[in-house]
Amino acid sequence: MTHIKTYEEINRKLKEGKAVVLTAEEVVEMAKTASPKEIAEKVDVVTTATFGAMCSSGAIINFGHASPPIRMEKIKLNGVPCYEGLAAVDSYIGATACDPDNPAYGGAHVIQDLLEGKDVLLEAWAKGTDCYPRKHILTKININTINEFTLFNPRNAYQNYNVAVNTTNKIIHTYMGTLLPGMRNATYSTAGELSPLLNDPEMRTIGIGTRIFLGGSQGFVIWNGTQFNTTRPKNKYDVPVTNAATIAVIGNLKEMTTEYLKAVYYEKYGVSMFIGIGIPIPILDEDMAKRVSVNNSQIETSVLDYGSPGMPKIDQVTYEELQSGYIKVKGKKVRTAPVSSLAKARTIAGELKQWLLNGQFEVTEPVQLFPKNTTVKSLKEMEADND
Amino acid sequence: MIKKRFVLNFPPQSGDKPLSYNLVKDYDIRINILKAEVYPGKRGSLLLEMQGKKENIEKGVKYLTDQQVICEPLDKRIHFQEDKCIDCGNCTAVCFAGALTMNKNTWKLEFDKNKCVVCELCIPACPLHLFEIDFR
Repeated sequence: MTHIKTYEEINRKLKEGKAVVLTAEEVVEMAKTASPKEIAEKVDVVTTATFGAMCSSGAIINFGHASPPIRMEKIKLNGVPCYEGLAAVDSYIGATACDPDNPAYGGAHVIQDLLEGKDVLLEAWAKGTDCYPRKHILTKININTINEFTLFNPRNAYQNYNVAVNTTNKIIHTYMGTLLPGMRNATYSTAGELSPLLNDPEMRTIGIGTRIFLGGSQGFVIWNGTQFNTTRPKNKYDVPVTNAATIAVIGNLKEMTTEYLKAVYYEKYGVSMFIGIGIPIPILDEDMAKRVSVNNSQIETSVLDYGSPGMPKIDQVTYEELQSGYIKVKGKKVRTAPVSSLAKARTIAGELKQWLLNGQFEVTEPVQLFPKNTTVKSLKEMEADND
Repeated sequence: MIKKRFVLNFPPQSGDKPLSYNLVKDYDIRINILKAEVYPGKRGSLLLEMQGKKENIEKGVKYLTDQQVICEPLDKRIHFQEDKCIDCGNCTAVCFAGALTMNKNTWKLEFDKNKCVVCELCIPACPLHLFEIDFR
């Protein structure tokens, strides 16, 4: 590496208003005429973003103690079951949780209702103990009555994701949208060259402690996400060609907005939540400059058949092709559609850029980098007796 | 010449009249039936594209109305809560008629209601449930 910038130098420039910050799309444009060396010299931070459905999300809530107090052992918020195994009045509501009788309203909707300032019905049950005598409570809560309201998402911002098609003769409903029979459509869900983990594929600058844009406020990367996989096949630009790394994130929901957190319901699938995430990538050296310069024609992903058992890979395409409106799958022209919002991702990348330029935000050196050489196990079923 | 799509709702008694034939013969309107649901003795609904001179189409619409047929432009029957749209693109995946498309520059959703064929696939495909079509 010929050119090295430190986090401290970048943050000093940000504070002095002298830093050059570009979005990942802007740096791709710059890379058409500038070399990685020139980019590393001129650019300090590149902002990346995504706004898509991220099912592994949820909120930690502390309700506060009532009088007389209750040790909540079964909890519902607007009828949606929440986790009851955390002390007396702590809970976790998962975005995808729902009452099976009301599948179109779930945990994500409860989080959105609370964010919008609405009252939410809390009902909880307990056996009653000497120190927590109460057995039942039915009351209303809102964002101002609860103590902590923390977004904690175990798996977000997948580094790349596959394209979904359906080769069968029946329409299918999936988290990748409605897939028409006979491969009459293909859906994809990554922001391509703007996507956070695709801009730092080796995760040299994204790790534990990284400060990020989360749901319209500041959040943090706190761990590698679940199903974290660093050993997926990569193409010649060092980009994994299918879903690979992930991040776990946390942030204060009381500071967030429904502009960047949105409850959704997929027909015959269930509830999920769109999460807005933006990550600033410090351009420490030529290698980082080279990574952020990778463009949509160089980022590839796998086309999977969601209609067949095991979802076999049937082709590989670039994001340039996906965004053109059509891809070729096994020689057949297939119409494409995104299922995550590139328009909103651009808004987030732009907003994060402004925060950095205004000196409101800084880049963070990871406290610890993510593990290397990880794989993902499938669930192997073993003989299990009930007794 | 103009081309416009209309939703026609027929009362039970009008089912036996050749109304669309009369539109062609008496008003020189080129018609294209894009969707039809007919329940004899009960009701019927039709998505009809009319092409012809503006005044002829106006007269044709008046003729239909005089026959107790409710005839409204399609775009008045499509309700889309645009202000709540997050431009995710899910609806464009199912819209084979090409009414719902992503603008390739802004990546915002564009909706040309006059291309809609009332397949109604966008209604369940939208994860925010922002579409309603009043066809029946």
